[in-house]
Amino acid sequence: MNNYRTKILSNQEISPGYFRMRILAPGFGETARPGQFIMFRVQLSQSPLLRRPFGVFRTGFLPPDCEGQPEKEYLEILYKVVGSGTGIMSELHEGDRVEVLGPLGKGFDLEAAAGEKILVGGGIGLVPLYMLARKLTETGRVRLLMGGRTRDDILAVTEFERLGVETYVSTDDGSLGEEGLVTNVLERKLDKYPDAVVYACGPMPMLEAVQRICTRRGTPLQVSLEALMACGVGACLGCVVKGSGHSEETPRYLCTCKEGPVFRAEQLDWSRAGEENGYCEGCKS
Amino acid sequence: MERKRPNLAVEIAGIKLKNPVMPASGTFGYGEEFAPYLDLERIGAIVTKGLSLKPKAGNPTPRIAETSGGMLNAIGLQNVGVDAFIETKIPFLRKVKTPTIVNFFGNTLEEYGEVARRLSDLPEVAGVELNISCPNVKQGGIVFGTDPCAAADVVSLVRKHLRKPLIVKLTPNVTDITVTARAVEEAGADAISCINTLTGMAVDVRSRRPRLANGTGGLSGPAIRPIAVRLVHQVVQTVRIPVIGVGGIGCAEDALEFLVVGATAVQVGTANFIDPTVMLSVIGGIEKFCIEEGIGDIREIIGSLEL
Ligand SMILES: Cc1cc2nc3c(=O)[nH]c(=O)nc-3n(C[C@H](O)[C@H](O)[C@H](O)COP(=O)(O)OP(=O)(O)OC[C@H]3O[C@@H](n4cnc5c(N)ncnc54)[C@H](O)[C@@H]3O)c2cc1C
Ligand SMILES: Cc1cc2nc3c(=O)[nH]c(=O)nc-3n(C[C@H](O)[C@H](O)[C@H](O)COP(=O)(O)O)c2cc1C
Ligand code: FES
Repeated sequence: MNNYRTKILSNQEISPGYFRMRILAPGFGETARPGQFIMFRVQLSQSPLLRRPFGVFRTGFLPPDCEGQPEKEYLEILYKVVGSGTGIMSELHEGDRVEVLGPLGKGFDLEAAAGEKILVGGGIGLVPLYMLARKLTETGRVRLLMGGRTRDDILAVTEFERLGVETYVSTDDGSLGEEGLVTNVLERKLDKYPDAVVYACGPMPMLEAVQRICTRRGTPLQVSLEALMACGVGACLGCVVKGSGHSEETPRYLCTCKEGPVFRAEQLDWSRAGEENGYCEGCKS
Repeated sequence: MERKRPNLAVEIAGIKLKNPVMPASGTFGYGEEFAPYLDLERIGAIVTKGLSLKPKAGNPTPRIAETSGGMLNAIGLQNVGVDAFIETKIPFLRKVKTPTIVNFFGNTLEEYGEVARRLSDLPEVAGVELNISCPNVKQGGIVFGTDPCAAADVVSLVRKHLRKPLIVKLTPNVTDITVTARAVEEAGADAISCINTLTGMAVDVRSRRPRLANGTGGLSGPAIRPIAVRLVHQVVQTVRIPVIGVGGIGCAEDALEFLVVGATAVQVGTANFIDPTVMLSVIGGIEKFCIEEGIGDIREIIGSLEL
């Protein structure tokens, strides 16, 4: 874990409204596990005040600028422009100074992956699944079911294919891949591979639907959640979500930044997840 | 010739601090959370998240909202409770040489007394900070802090049960803070922390609903600093006990403002979220300032305001 004062290596729009940013981060890849995240300080001034959380998409090395120098280790995030912070981020350039805190949180539990592995990504929820896929493909077959509203929301699929992941794309409007919801594809795959384990990240309604399907079939499921965060290190208690067994009388909150962002589905209270449970506005729609 | 390093040590209610910079309660967890980012032995004190007798689950979500130059929170004093604190948090704090100040509150007068009694027995606790000022819980917070008589009652009760330095944290959500300050001093407070958050509200204009589940929350961060400086200034004029300045401190100059108006020490809150190492920059910056200004002892700055 570290607090990096570092700089941007590149920042490019990869699809309308979606950006990929590479940040210089020596040593980061040695500690980062699939499913962890960073807190990104958008500007060194006071606006916006709080850091923004982003999943780690990947880590890697760039060849040095000149011969004889060491390779440059980077971490990469993919982000969607939704508001003030990500708006400013989209205008940052190579060489701009930034601050990154991370890697943070508990990532995916890799022990659970014995049988078929199915990853379900919705839009930008694809982000934490790439490092996971890289790890899981070391030991067996991995499938990615990727859903979005339109073709613009389908990101980085070829990078998964390069890892040898079988990918299935669906869009609500049919502009890319199969028309319809990613959960339809999931049902079909689970019919075919009933002993699969599922990992999912995406908007809350999608996660809810995935959870219903997996619970009905007894399929092990891990989900990666988003929540409003201030500190990212378990100090402010702003990022909590309802744990299973939660009720008005006996509230049970789990800290997304420290105990998550990845949870086993049965750790959470799904009863009114879509309406509240601390998942931010953005993921409810 | 190398100039001598300035003396930054101060004393609050008998607690010796190597420098005047400590975290504000609720923004630093129980200390452990920040240990990976800064050497806890370099800060003046550790101030822990507000404790109650029984564990407290806190408020529904969303609990935080960002505003211009600040944030609103309605955490609702979620904490592990005194017993779990003693069992699971004290062992870590024992290992750190920096003095620990434990912030606490009660739901009732009796609970304030009981928590105080239990904290009295702990050698690891250098002092306590009594929270009578949280805007996010009905009982145990602001109710005691906004009524000077109730504030005096709770302070004298705690005083009776406590054999430790007692710091009382005041709320800015009153008409005249000097009245409460005087009341808690007379009731036996050894020091005052000033201020807790200001009650605020933010609204999502599309859904037309408050952005916090609780409706309102406590405003903290740079946006409140001028108010906090003014209130510390007023309180320092009113009481004889030391005052700890809190509110929107993010750099050395911010901290110095509080010291100049008369605060003996300062607490850094929201800024810890933005940069977990910020307190080290504040301490380093104060030291640098002293050297530049030819100040040998931080106490020369405290209360040096010229009017
Ligand atoms: C663990 C985690 C991982 C994430 N990974 C990614 C990722 O890989 N790619 C990506 O594009 N987005 C990701 N998000 C969401 C991302 O943090 C928000 O989209 C971003 O903070 C929005 O900032 P803004 O200033 O543009 O929005 P604004 O609406 O202006 O932000 C206002 C406040 O709300 C918070 N906020 C707004 N939307 C969200 C959200 N969806 N989740 C959490 N906080 C939010 C902001 O951090 C800020 O404090 C992740 C969130 C979490 C918690
Ligand atoms: C998330 C959060 C939690 C807080 N919890 C407590 C608490 O438990 N007890 C307390 O006395 N003050 C609490 N406070 C108030 C701070 O200690 C401090 O008084 C206030 O935030 C103003 O300082 P700042 O502007 O530097 O943050 C909390 C503040 C925040 C932002
Ligand atoms: S973001 Fe502060 S506790 Fe999780």
